[in-house]
Amino acid sequence: MSARDRILAKLKAAPNLPKPEPDVAAWFAGHRPVENTAEKVARFRKHIEFAHAEFHAVTPATWLAKLREVLAARQIDKLLVAEGTPHGTAALDELPRLGVECPTYDLPIEAWKTEMFRDTPAGLTAARAAIAETGTLILWPDTKEPRLMSLVPPVHIVLLDSTRIYNTFYEATQAEGWKDNLPTNALLISGPSKTADIQVTLAYGAHGPKELIVLLMGDEQ
Amino acid sequence: MNAQPIHFKPSEGFRARSKAVVDNPFLRQSFRGAMDFLMTKRAGLFPDPEELESLRTLGEQIRQYNLGKLPELLVRLEENLTKNGIQVHWAETPDEANEIILGICKKHSAKLMVKGKSMVSEEIELNHAAEAAGIGALESDMGEYIVQLAGEKPSHIIMPAIHKTKEEIAKLFHDNVPGVEYTDNVDALIQIGRKVLREKFLEADIGLSGVNFAVAETGTLCLVENEGNGRMCTTSPPVHIAITGIEKIVEKLEHVPPLLSLLTRSATGQNISTYFNMISSPRKAGEKDGPGEVHLVLLDNGRSQAYADEQLRKTLQCIRCGACMNHCPVYTRIGGHAYGTTYPGPIGKIVSPHMLGLEATAGLTTASSLCGACGEVCPVKIPIPELLIRLREEAFSEPHAAPAMRGQGAGHNGLTSSIWRAWGAIYGSPTLYRGFSWLASRFRWLTPRRQAGWTSVRTPIQPAPKRLRDLIKERN
Repeated sequence: MSARDRILAKLKAAPNLPKPEPDVAAWFAGHRPVENTAEKVARFRKHIEFAHAEFHAVTPATWLAKLREVLAARQIDKLLVAEGTPHGTAALDELPRLGVECPTYDLPIEAWKTEMFRDTPAGLTAARAAIAETGTLILWPDTKEPRLMSLVPPVHIVLLDSTRIYNTFYEATQAEGWKDNLPTNALLISGPSKTADIQVTLAYGAHGPKELIVLLMGDEQ
Repeated sequence: MNAQPIHFKPSEGFRARSKAVVDNPFLRQSFRGAMDFLMTKRAGLFPDPEELESLRTLGEQIRQYNLGKLPELLVRLEENLTKNGIQVHWAETPDEANEIILGICKKHSAKLMVKGKSMVSEEIELNHAAEAAGIGALESDMGEYIVQLAGEKPSHIIMPAIHKTKEEIAKLFHDNVPGVEYTDNVDALIQIGRKVLREKFLEADIGLSGVNFAVAETGTLCLVENEGNGRMCTTSPPVHIAITGIEKIVEKLEHVPPLLSLLTRSATGQNISTYFNMISSPRKAGEKDGPGEVHLVLLDNGRSQAYADEQLRKTLQCIRCGACMNHCPVYTRIGGHAYGTTYPGPIGKIVSPHMLGLEATAGLTTASSLCGACGEVCPVKIPIPELLIRLREEAFSEPHAAPAMRGQGAGHNGLTSSIWRAWGAIYGSPTLYRGFSWLASRFRWLTPRRQAGWTSVRTPIQPAPKRLRDLIKERN
């Protein structure tokens, strides 16, 4: 008998004690507010700023200028972007002529891992959605914006559409039917990397990005 | 470099190890300060008692519902993971788990494995087994990295290096990391760790991680963390191996949000951790990063023993938040190392006997004042005090033929049993009790001045010169 069979046999020999299924939907309906976009933006911002992320409200007309400003403030002249995404294409059109080098993630990581780890100061990705309750960005990395783009560069800049904020994580998974279409890697990101492992003293930039900058895309105002 | 495996009985020497910590004001201050901090942070995140109570009830229901279907869910998890391209392995014992993991390492001629925080990997002593097999196993969680550099074991399941001061860590880095000047600035220390470990993420052949929740219906492994090392270990190396206990399973994705909220708020007083990482497959065609191979090792190691008993099964509800140790007056005073087990504190006392047998852990079940704090804060309502009483019964009752636990009766002692039996007889009979108390007060001068463990830190006890019964008689 294999270890698998032995373990399952032991568990099946134990008393069968079925328990009623919990009503998760009812709990959320009774305990979490459903807010409008402005309220969700405010709540999202409050939480993610508390977690030490930088937040800027932008519009389709202003976001590139804000992006340049964010980079300039840190004297960063190199930004990893995703080719083939609207924001990546826009950045590629605009930034190189202003002196910001824009490498793209066009090869498998094996071909340029060392460069990614040692010589990529910042990355730009979009967020799929966000969660107001906890100030959380939802990323579903894909072939255009792979997983390491939001992890290895010390500065991570994220574009978020203000209409894509859910009240709760539960609502996001339900509304988008996650259980039937989860990607290779789904990520919730709620601030820059941090640790309190030394004497419970909070320090940022443990292993992931030291800085997280959210550009919240809203309507022209 | 790695700590020696536990070949000793954790119960033995428990008192001596505890006393060493109690006598050390620096260690006591470390634990007291950190536990106060964590308790305050947790309380701040649960401002509404009704919300807390109803969410704990929901958490308990979710865990009990899923444990009720455990064998079925494990099979379903395996099916869905396999369908997604994740390879599933089963291990009954720590040795089997190590063999599986090192086998995968050898297949890939791996030289270096970077590890995200995993208490199950501590439970199986993986670092030691890897070292013996000539494979480097490097901890990458900052706390775990510090503890490994010092050749120690974690003293807390969430905050592994909580027993160390920043000055000690400064010295440790200065002595062990080439080219590092002494600094006790916490930011600078973290940046030193970051720099060293980034190079390792770059070169590692294998990434190892634990699992916080495994979702059966989707075939998904979920990881909770703040540092990003968990994401590094599961994304950068070409192979990812995850290891988890068989109990960490939920049937549905909708079970995850409530448990995640309970976990991070109870553990560190955070609304949510910085990262929540959900992995459902290895790298797919066209994807440019992520491991090409993902493995999951499912470990039993005594969990099926707890599962077999309705009351003991509740032990498996645990989501490993550590709130019970943060609130435990015993843990706060003696720290994690005194227990001698991988999992310290209240949860350690109820889970370790299943892993190591009561032969090795009988004494630990008595290291509690049964104040009830652990049960009160448990986010999934594990009745820890009740389970401690049950384990004491299992450990100290007379050995019998069909025990519920390995090592039942290991703490049994004929003399102690006779004394308690006599005590029971005296207190069960008014006549005997009257006679006994008369003798006790008459011959109180015979009570010894030194009374075993009692008088090591307390004044001796002595029967009163007059019994309550006599005092009442005098009043009338």
